[in-house]
Amino acid sequence: MADTSLVKIRNLSKRFDHLQVLDKVSLDVETGENLVVFGRSGTGKSVLLKCMVGLLKPDEGEVYIDQKNVLEISPNGLNEIRKKIGFLFQGAALYDSMSVRENLEFPLKKHSQMTDNEIDEKVINTLSLVSLEDAVDKMPSELSGGMRKRIGLARSIITDPQLMLYDEPTTGLDPISSKDISELILNLQKKLNMTSIVVTHDLICAEIISDRAIFLRDAKIVYEGKIHELAKSTDPFLKNFFSNEIIRV
Amino acid sequence: MNLPDIKYKRRPNISELVYIFFANITGLTVFNWEFFKNVFKPPYEIAEIKKHMDELGVKTFPIVSITGFIIGLVLAMQSYPVLQRFGATDFLPNTVALSVIRELGPVITALIFAGRVSSGIGAELGSMRVTEQIDAMEVSAINPFRYLVVTRVIATTMILPVLTIYVNFLALLGGFIAVIITESTNFEYYKNAVIGAVEFGDLIPGLAKTFVFGYIVGIVGCYKGYTADGGTEGVGRASTTSVVLASLLILVFDMVLVKITLILWPTLV
Ligand SMILES: Nc1ncnc2c1ncn2[C@@H]1O[C@H](COP(=O)(O)OP(=O)(O)OP(=O)(O)O)[C@@H](O)[C@H]1O
Ligand SMILES: [Mg+2]
Repeated sequence: MADTSLVKIRNLSKRFDHLQVLDKVSLDVETGENLVVFGRSGTGKSVLLKCMVGLLKPDEGEVYIDQKNVLEISPNGLNEIRKKIGFLFQGAALYDSMSVRENLEFPLKKHSQMTDNEIDEKVINTLSLVSLEDAVDKMPSELSGGMRKRIGLARSIITDPQLMLYDEPTTGLDPISSKDISELILNLQKKLNMTSIVVTHDLICAEIISDRAIFLRDAKIVYEGKIHELAKSTDPFLKNFFSNEIIRV
Repeated sequence: MNLPDIKYKRRPNISELVYIFFANITGLTVFNWEFFKNVFKPPYEIAEIKKHMDELGVKTFPIVSITGFIIGLVLAMQSYPVLQRFGATDFLPNTVALSVIRELGPVITALIFAGRVSSGIGAELGSMRVTEQIDAMEVSAINPFRYLVVTRVIATTMILPVLTIYVNFLALLGGFIAVIITESTNFEYYKNAVIGAVEFGDLIPGLAKTFVFGYIVGIVGCYKGYTADGGTEGVGRASTTSVVLASLLILVFDMVLVKITLILWPTLV
């Protein structure tokens, strides 16, 4: 059976105490696709991403990445899958005790056979993608919020993952950086055929990158489709959400 | 790793306290098990272990130096009038040496180490936990337990005995200072009295238990930090509770280990 989807989620449910965050969510993401995930704050977008990489154990359901069941695989198998995934945390999650350079080197030194020179070069190249070459010897505590976000992004793409999960990549950035980052995500898709799942509230970013968008609400995926179609919808909820009139269709 | 869920409230009542106590013990046991499962598996992260040992040594060096010296000094000052009462002032060096080497040196160094290091590890790993740095490590396919916990526990276990030997020396030196103030004696005499008093059965158990104390400090700090939750407040809690728990465990294990030593070397009592 020809199966082009890189990510397959089936009936995924997750609750915290009395709060049902995800309720039988199913989703397919094709290889090379950019999927945008919308949803009001607190609807479980971050939880969905974390369930996909096994950071949170869902109560039921299955997650397949590259045909492998993430939730049942052995720890070593899971690590093999994780090496092919990049994850940008909502709070960037930079390692406080390491400089920017060490943050970026860390996954390379652990997993690749690159020489020190190659690693150096890769670090600078990746930093230049987020226009922060100058910050290479800074410590995370010396960076602004937006800079941390971009360094976090650089760290997660430095291993050239097949699948990138971005949790609000442009939140806290000025409109220009925000646009640059969105274009970077698009470029990664074009150049490396990278598959991306992007959680965002940023409609400009979404418009630039998305092939398809889904909408999380009340623990379910309530809408799915091309972003322009969603924006044109007459549904009151969607109308309200897109009412910023940013996307002119 | 399945750790019990310890939820804190503002003011826990007695039954909750009991629950928290046992949950801590269970959690710590599971955590220990995890440590021994991981400690022998490569990669060994030697560089990390060295780095932590350096840091720990530098961090605790000044405070243990002062403490060690003062303990010896005060111990000798306090023991002198007591021994005088029994006409046994000749035994002053022996008293100081045995007290320091068998009990005071190891335990006080360990307690100070716990106060300084357990809290530091608790806070450091706690903040890594709540800012998702540990999760980030995990998704980049690096085992955070091995990289963060195992290296720190090995470092504390190895460094505390070294610190203890150093503290013992300073305490004996402090004792000597106190002795020459009260009694006319010379260093040669004091040294010989100390060496004559201390036997294998005093030295080795006194030192051996510091490995256990070092391990306790490391594992408790890591456990509290690694399992921290509840934002910045949780980090503070991880830091303080790890000192309390580590100190308590050091004293309990001291009691047990002393008893074991006395059973193993009964002639030396
Ligand atoms: N570890 C946790 N323990 C308890 N509840 C949690 C936990 N993590 C998330 N939640 C709850 O799950 C819900 C969804 O959280 P999530 O972080 O996924 O929201 P989100 O959609 O990413 O929101 P935002 O856009 O603000 O980032 C929230 O109501 C939150 O309170
Ligand atoms: Mg979120």
